[in-house]
Amino acid sequence: MDLASVLGLGQTALELGLTCSLTVLALFLSYSMLNVCDLSTDGCFTLGAAVGAVVALTGHPLLSLVAAMGAGVCSGFVTALLQTKMGVNSLLAGIIVNTGLYSINMMVMGGAALLNLKKAPTIFTLVKGLLADTPLAGQYELLTVAAAAALVVAVLTAFLNTRLGLAIRATGDNPDMVRSSSINPAFTTIVGLCISNAFTGLSGCLLGQMQKSMDINIGQGMVTIALASLLIGNTIMGRGGIFTRALGMVVGSFVFRLVYTIALRLDMPGFMLKLVSSVIVVLAISAPYLKSRWPEVQRRLDHGKEGKTVC
Amino acid sequence: MLTLSHISKTFNPGTVNEKKAITDLSLHLDKGDFVTIIGSNGAGKSTLFNAICGDFMTDSGSIVLDGKDVTFQPSYVRSKQIGRLFQDPMRGSAPHMTIEENLALAAGSGGWLSHVTKADKENFRDRLKLLGMGLEDRMKQPVGLLSGGQRQALTLMMATFHPPKLLLLDEHTAALDPATAEKVLEITKSVVEEDRITTLMVTHNMRQALDLGNRTLMMDSGGIVLDLKGEERKKMTVEDLLAQFKLQAGKNLDNDRILLS
Repeated sequence: MDLASVLGLGQTALELGLTCSLTVLALFLSYSMLNVCDLSTDGCFTLGAAVGAVVALTGHPLLSLVAAMGAGVCSGFVTALLQTKMGVNSLLAGIIVNTGLYSINMMVMGGAALLNLKKAPTIFTLVKGLLADTPLAGQYELLTVAAAAALVVAVLTAFLNTRLGLAIRATGDNPDMVRSSSINPAFTTIVGLCISNAFTGLSGCLLGQMQKSMDINIGQGMVTIALASLLIGNTIMGRGGIFTRALGMVVGSFVFRLVYTIALRLDMPGFMLKLVSSVIVVLAISAPYLKSRWPEVQRRLDHGKEGKTVC
Repeated sequence: MLTLSHISKTFNPGTVNEKKAITDLSLHLDKGDFVTIIGSNGAGKSTLFNAICGDFMTDSGSIVLDGKDVTFQPSYVRSKQIGRLFQDPMRGSAPHMTIEENLALAAGSGGWLSHVTKADKENFRDRLKLLGMGLEDRMKQPVGLLSGGQRQALTLMMATFHPPKLLLLDEHTAALDPATAEKVLEITKSVVEEDRITTLMVTHNMRQALDLGNRTLMMDSGGIVLDLKGEERKKMTVEDLLAQFKLQAGKNLDNDRILLS
């Protein structure tokens, strides 16, 4: 493999990793901070992509980002409302919203399962125009998603250190404490999920516009992919302040895509992506548990040996 | 400061598990009262606290706090005026957040989007110094690294950061080792005295019940069976107290963790 193709691989991984890192950051807020596993992520990602594509097709690339985030907020609000005010289990709430969103997404896309954005003005064509005739012109896609990721990391870090952010973190960290404090857990859950889904929506919107096409399955499996990235990020940069950890999410997302891109290069078929992400999630979640069980297993094994020597 | 009028609470009504936790209980506390509560297992001490805090709505009666009827207020609204400590030191603070962040939550000054300022940090540091546990040098450490006693002292500080109208202590030193318990109790006394906070404290230490505060309540079967204050309380010994309990409740004080001295 020559240097150019290695760099090419790295670039693809970086672009995809940065785009999807927004979803990872969304899960960082909902899963790591609020301790809610938001299974509506797939549908919300697609919703963001659909809304973003439709608005971009009307000729408003900037508005498309805002609209995608707004759609994400609505989706998160419904998920949060179901689990805080209507007694639906939080996992179930996510699954229900995810299912419902399929119809809504089809509706947004006007019944078509595929939208072509090749001729539409997107945020990428906008940046490309701005950067024309500068040395950075060739890297407009990378710069756009890097800026988006940097912005979201900055906003999220600042937010999680505000009073509201601290309250959201406490809600996930010690529900007992929050129940007997002046924090209303329903309120913090709703705000947290609205913000996290705004990021998911934006992430979907950017991916759709970067790929210049948007199909109804764009978000399928995104929650597992994002979780895998989140767990990789936690392993690499899980200790430290909020900023370090948030940055770790972006790094995790990149590392995941890099490994995947290399695997593709080694003739792994593209459809293996989801199995790989599932395996990573299982490994990352169960490894600490299995490790904690190991002394017991060892004790049993040793005991067996002792028994033999006595006999 | 606090007036409970004829409150009752029955759990699982109409089932085999029906439990009358509080029956027609009335109580009035004046501002600055420091009341100790003793009672047998299942007497309704914790349920009484839960009712005051709004963890559940009482079946009947009313709760008035500082002249305001809070009977139907949700717990997070009441909590703005009520500080509360549990027996379990783990319940009062968020383990993965730093001491500073926990205090920032308790301080809660400014709007939702406000950050912790330098002045806030100085304030936290000064307050932590008062505990004499060296926590002021560990502000950036997660609370999960603290010992039970340190966490309980921190929780006490958080609960009284802005002096609450009412402080509820539910055996808050029972899970600590004797030396640490003594220390936390000392801090409790000074905090309560300094701001003249109206306080209700459940204890299983009979000696403590008589020594601390200005009034002692005895609870049994969801009601108050003995209310001691003034001269009568001053003359009371632990033996008298036990005898009184037997007289009022018609049975021996049955608490598996009771401490007589």
